[in-house]
Amino acid sequence: MTDPIAPPPKKNPQKPQAVPLSPPAARSRAALGLSAAAAEARFALQHCAECGAVQYPPRDACHGCLSTDLRWRDTDPAGTLIAETTVRTSPNLYFRRAAPWRTGTVRLDVGVSVVAHVHGDCEKGGRVRLINRLDRAGQGVLMALPEGETPNMADDPELRELTCDPKHRRVLLTDARQANAPALAKALLDAGASVVFVGEAETWRPYPQRETLAAMEGVQLLPLDVTDTSSVVELAGEIGGKVDILVNNARFVRPGGILSRGDVGFAQREMDVNAFGLMRLAQAFGPGMRARGADGVNNAVAWVNILSVHALASDPAYGGFNASQAAALSAAQTLRAELRPGGVRVATLFVGPTEDDWHQDVPPPKVLPKALARSLVQGLRDGTEEIWCGDVAQDLRDRLRQDPKVVERQVSEGGA
Amino acid sequence: MSVLADLAGAMASGAVEVVDLTHTLDPDFPVIVLPPEFGQCARFRMEEISAYDHRGPAWKWHNLHMSEHTGTHFDAPCHWISGRDVANGAVDEIDPAAFVGPVCVIDCSAESAEDEDYILTRARIEAWEAEHGAIPEGAWVLMRTDWSKRSGAKYLNMREDGAHSPGPDAGAVLYLVEERGIRGFGTETVGTDAGQATHFEPPYPAHYHLHGAGRYGLQCLSGLDRLPATGAMLLAAPLKIRNGTGSPLRVLALVEKETA
Repeated sequence: MTDPIAPPPKKNPQKPQAVPLSPPAARSRAALGLSAAAAEARFALQHCAECGAVQYPPRDACHGCLSTDLRWRDTDPAGTLIAETTVRTSPNLYFRRAAPWRTGTVRLDVGVSVVAHVHGDCEKGGRVRLINRLDRAGQGVLMALPEGETPNMADDPELRELTCDPKHRRVLLTDARQANAPALAKALLDAGASVVFVGEAETWRPYPQRETLAAMEGVQLLPLDVTDTSSVVELAGEIGGKVDILVNNARFVRPGGILSRGDVGFAQREMDVNAFGLMRLAQAFGPGMRARGADGVNNAVAWVNILSVHALASDPAYGGFNASQAAALSAAQTLRAELRPGGVRVATLFVGPTEDDWHQDVPPPKVLPKALARSLVQGLRDGTEEIWCGDVAQDLRDRLRQDPKVVERQVSEGGA
Repeated sequence: MSVLADLAGAMASGAVEVVDLTHTLDPDFPVIVLPPEFGQCARFRMEEISAYDHRGPAWKWHNLHMSEHTGTHFDAPCHWISGRDVANGAVDEIDPAAFVGPVCVIDCSAESAEDEDYILTRARIEAWEAEHGAIPEGAWVLMRTDWSKRSGAKYLNMREDGAHSPGPDAGAVLYLVEERGIRGFGTETVGTDAGQATHFEPPYPAHYHLHGAGRYGLQCLSGLDRLPATGAMLLAAPLKIRNGTGSPLRVLALVEKETA
């Protein structure tokens, strides 16, 4: 069993900040396939399309038949821990600080042996399962876990380095006025977040869920309007040093394509909230978070944007909105690169149509706040960069991987 | 020119005071809220261009973004459908002499404190005239409610059945326009009409009748309690925006200090 992580003590104001360090980030082009799978917490290895041999480590030609047709496929993660050791020191600064670090060799049932990080509850010679996760450098790495759940399993220090678990962390949820705010805040608190700051815009007009939010223990409502630079800067000045996870749920959506609207009024608002809002938040909160990537138990770990899956293929019925989602997605990719030196993960929570006032005439399935909240917490616990919430998002993802052009055409004709 | 020379002297001596009736343009100041499927009034926004830094070493300046109808503002006749065909109905076309005129202040603050849906009627105006004399032609008429002292959610006072704030009924506006020939009508609330005016007959009677008759509206005024009932001079000049239906304002009043 793992010792549970204690809530972090108050910060010693005389102690310099621990600077974020990165584990080795260099990878071959072939090996980046592992990182791509880790971005979705999938355990995948290369399989030879000619002879079927499973490959490890990643390579350009099959170790059995020299075919270059190697495809990343989800793979059975079961195996046996055949050797293990604990690294006490390392020339690499990241592992030097993180030591001691348990590592070992796992013989996978699919026939290859891999060197992996090893969870404290794994026994030598015992059965294990491998997970593929992003490390602080944003690269896919493998870790051996016990076959089943063990007490406080997520609190293993090596595993916690690979996740963005909300436990003991402080979260900023950017928009209290979204109908999903109470469900998101509750799920984060239930997952162990020590506080959820919830940004509240335009207190001069009421909104239905305010009382629910205000009554939640652990929620602090604070003024924040992502369209108002001064308000974003002010809040970052106050709490920027204690935002460990930022969940950007701010969103403005109206139905309508480009021609049907006849003006850019709603489009400007959509861009302002959904794309520029993200940039304002990034400029105000990003530098502080990037600097706090190694700040102990409650270090800065993640930034999540909730975006429509139609950022990837526009549904013309929401054409204006989807343009803003595509803009936000692109901005988030840049932010991901910019926060990477701090070890802070930028994740996109892709959703299909949501059950709300602005999707009344869209047929189900539609994403409910509770489902969104579940996906959010799961994504943080898995430390993923891409989280797909609901049937529509997952289906679109799968079809996009087959042929994006076909999907564009289907979606443009009113298909999901 | 001796009138202006006298005025300059009076202003220098403090006998005539300049009173500011304007709210500060602030990102968090309420704007009118329409049903969400309609286009919305932009909030006041300010983005720094530079602040004595790498973006401009010796100067600080901002870009602004707002609606014609954000903050303390002017409504031109072409703002409303009833005024769409009024000659010179846009802010850039209005004779600048129209922006400056005598002002009458009808104090409805006590009634508005009692009843947040207080309606200003013709009878109430006539009662005011019985006390202060007839409203002269070409006057600005302001409805004082002390609403500008409210802040936050109490200002729009928005509930599930809409906003609740005082304003005039159609009879009052028609009386002012047709029988008194006023220049325009102003309020301390977010619009010249009452919060519930969408349910009036006609809807938004102040907008409908004022602008249909080529008169002007002033709203989100502040501090009307600093004006006398009669005798002050109001200056409310909108920005010269081509085909503008309104404009943010700096509203000033010249008030003679009581010599008593």
